[in-house]
Amino acid sequence: MHVLLILMMLAVLAIARTRNLFSVIVLSGIYSFLMATVFVALDAVDVAMTEAAVGAGVSTVLLLGALHLCRSDEAKPTHRPWIPLSLSTATAAMLIYGALGLPGFADPDAPIHRHVVPRYLQNEIDIPNVVTAVLASFRGFDTLGETAVVFTAGAGIIALLRRRKKNGKEGNPDAG
Amino acid sequence: MQDDLVLRVIGKILIPYILLFAVYVQFHGDFGPGGGFQAGVIFATGIVFYALIFGLQQARAVISDGFVEAMLAAGVLLYAGIGVAGLLLGGNYLDYFVLSSDPIHGQHRGIFWVELGVAITVCGVMIKIFYMFASHGDGGEHRQ
Amino acid sequence: MTHFTYMATVFLMVAGLYIVIARGNLIKKLIGLSILQSSVFLLYVAPGKLLGGTAPILSPEFSLYSNPLPHVLILTAIVVGVATLALGLAITVRIREAYGTIEEDEIVALDQDDFHDRPENQS
Repeated sequence: MHVLLILMMLAVLAIARTRNLFSVIVLSGIYSFLMATVFVALDAVDVAMTEAAVGAGVSTVLLLGALHLCRSDEAKPTHRPWIPLSLSTATAAMLIYGALGLPGFADPDAPIHRHVVPRYLQNEIDIPNVVTAVLASFRGFDTLGETAVVFTAGAGIIALLRRRKKNGKEGNPDAG
Repeated sequence: MQDDLVLRVIGKILIPYILLFAVYVQFHGDFGPGGGFQAGVIFATGIVFYALIFGLQQARAVISDGFVEAMLAAGVLLYAGIGVAGLLLGGNYLDYFVLSSDPIHGQHRGIFWVELGVAITVCGVMIKIFYMFASHGDGGEHRQ
Repeated sequence: MTHFTYMATVFLMVAGLYIVIARGNLIKKLIGLSILQSSVFLLYVAPGKLLGGTAPILSPEFSLYSNPLPHVLILTAIVVGVATLALGLAITVRIREAYGTIEEDEIVALDQDDFHDRPENQS
């Protein structure tokens, strides 16, 4: 799994340096596949399936569609990168300082394994896949909200990209 | 891409299996990895694959714009409707125990319909987003 | 090396942040944002893993399961993330139609020219 993480770091470095947007999109698809494999290694099979389908599938298609409509490559950077680089390094230092306080990897005494989870794992409602049971039954309200969010995103895209035929002109009349 | 023989043949072979796999993931979400989200996205991927190979017009003839927009709303309505059904049958909102005479069976029923609602909405949104991006470049022959 | 996963997560997070603030192209910024989001997913799922455990699908043969609670939260987060990515791309397409470019510097320059050209701002 460490190898996969190192490959992901290399992919992200390549994304930051490449200027051809098509290559950047393909690299982001590779990154999503590696992330899905890491999720399988961490026993998160539902999350891996969703990340592979959504991150490497749909999101690559959407990015390619947007690239086709925008038709550009990234311009040469004109600013010196020192300020963003120093800001990123400072953020990294703070985050590493915080991460050192986290429990060790795969520590069975970590606090997240107490409280609610033993009850979820007790199979009260006779559904073997615990993640589906929690999503649809124990935490059903969250899933209702999430479905509403997805619906709102769809409605927003319909509103943004709809075309009106107006006196033979293309595109929406400009709303400002 | 319609003239490429390899793509057409592979598409005709694979697309039914992709759609079937999506339905499998939907219904086996209780027993293995899967569930509503994954099934909706895989189904939409099958339709997008069909649209990429055989053209957007053909895909629109199979799954029309109005149908996709109806799918968007129908999923959320189905989910909220199960909640109201819980209310009408005497329990709280989104209570699955009252949906059937045996509470465990009620849970199974509730989860089945709820996952179906989620899958319909997610599938509709992904297909609609693809249709909007793909048809935005053409000069307005897309209907209102 | 027990914290290597967390270090890798922090690196991915900060790399995504760097892409968002240091690159001017709008599509690349959106990709950097999605990298930042997926590194946060890794941060959530990693502490749930138990060595010797298995995927949280109950079965009579296994007794030790990895923690299913982060999986549930991340499942919702992934789908919401792709929804926001799609909305961001739609806005980028409309910006391209309105300004003719998707580089941030050029858009800001066009806006400032527009501001200076307005009659009430002419000196």
